[in-house]
Amino acid sequence: MPRSDRYSIFSVFLEGLRGQTGWGQAWRQATPKPNYDVVIVGGGGHGLATAYYLAKRYGVKNIAVVEKGWIGSGNVGRNTTIVRSNYLLPGNIPFYETSMKLWEGLEQDLNYNAMVSQRGVLNLYHSDAQRDAYARRGNAMRLHGIDSELLDRDAVRSMYPWLNYDNARFPIQGGLLQRRGGTVRHDAVAWGYARGADRLGVDIIENTEVTGFRISNGKISGIETTRGFIGANKVGLAVAGNSSRVAGMAGLTLPIESHVLQAFVSEGIKPFIDGVVTFGAGHFYVSQSDKGGLVFGGDIDGYNTYAQRGNLPVVEDVLEGGMALMPRIGRVRLLRSWGGIMDMSMDGSPIIDRTPIDGLFFNGGWCYGGFKATPASGLCFAHLIARNETHEVARAYRLDRFRTGHMIDEKGMGNQPNLH
Amino acid sequence: MRINCPHCGLRSNDEFSYLGDASVVRPDPAAPNATEAFYAFGYERANIAGPMQELWYHAAGCHAWLVVTRDTRNHEILDVKSAQEVALERQKAAGTAQ
Repeated sequence: MPRSDRYSIFSVFLEGLRGQTGWGQAWRQATPKPNYDVVIVGGGGHGLATAYYLAKRYGVKNIAVVEKGWIGSGNVGRNTTIVRSNYLLPGNIPFYETSMKLWEGLEQDLNYNAMVSQRGVLNLYHSDAQRDAYARRGNAMRLHGIDSELLDRDAVRSMYPWLNYDNARFPIQGGLLQRRGGTVRHDAVAWGYARGADRLGVDIIENTEVTGFRISNGKISGIETTRGFIGANKVGLAVAGNSSRVAGMAGLTLPIESHVLQAFVSEGIKPFIDGVVTFGAGHFYVSQSDKGGLVFGGDIDGYNTYAQRGNLPVVEDVLEGGMALMPRIGRVRLLRSWGGIMDMSMDGSPIIDRTPIDGLFFNGGWCYGGFKATPASGLCFAHLIARNETHEVARAYRLDRFRTGHMIDEKGMGNQPNLH
Repeated sequence: MRINCPHCGLRSNDEFSYLGDASVVRPDPAAPNATEAFYAFGYERANIAGPMQELWYHAAGCHAWLVVTRDTRNHEILDVKSAQEVALERQKAAGTAQ
């Protein structure tokens, strides 16, 4: 073990004096063993969190995480880093609040600086009807003991005086504020969970793609990979974006379509916006990273795709939304844009459940809300895999809910994944 | 991404709206397995990685429904036909099969 394995002010000070020679690797480059009790497919935020909580809270010893690329190469490194728990429906609120509470204690739990910043998430409303809908949402949150405040125009103006309040079509009337919401450094979440899981003995196997499942008599016995067969008593899939492709290898057809969501970052500028603000009349959300770049995004492109890049019409739409809300960003130059592939489910809500195959568990359908869910998703998936029973805050996320009619449709859009 | 509309020529994809998989067919409501078939029709998706037949509507152009064959891995458009033409072909194929 390296000299300074635990991060603290003292180890930083000590290593400063000793030429930074005492730091070790954050996680080992593990070689696959022939057998594991649990194999998690997908080394993104959700997969790593699952492995971490399996080892930490459920005492499972022999765990591997198999990742086709490198840690942080997928959606955990592509999102816009926003965390919040401002949901409306009973199936969703307790789950996302569990996640929010885990975010609040995450850095101490992992001994890792994930830059959790509860800077507030403000959703603006622009009409009477939208105000009523936000009041309803805020009340639903308060009934579950979650903070939310309905602000009028003047209160919003005192926070962000430079927004465009008198847009002819979409004047700002106020906003719904969740002060506990905010941002978390997304890469650090992956790295922190990877390091935490590694310290608990989890093998993180990178650059290893799953090519098939070994299933006999309806029970799983392991996975075929580009580095050979790996035996497993239980296998958990956490491969959102590619869920249909991976589950397809096990013969499953899912209620999911893959779509691309684009995200953007501007050049670094001086401190400009100290919270997360969303435009209610179009679809635009923005925050500012600690490096100074404005991080923002909007709608998914709207057509099925596995290409991790989008098209220009949505770029134009997102930037128009930004200009309508805050015209002063017009002189800021766009630095980069990129895309990530979303599992868009049929009701806009996720799935954490068993599959018809014994020992194969599924976690996916996160639509474009996966990042904020990372800790609770890991915890609930670990609970399901370890105990073979659903965690109490994830009971609504059943794979068969479309068959039984128990949809959790926050937006009320029906089975049109590109509208969620 | 630009779609070569058979009536209007090459147009940007923002002129079109997207419905999804064009290969699925509405099940027969009188069939004995209709409940299962409608569940699959409504909620299950092949979610193909590769060439996929899709329905696009040229909302800002000729208002025609199109069947576009597009590779979902790289957005390459391989074929565009009018949906009417595709439906007639299917009817014809079903007719000869009987």
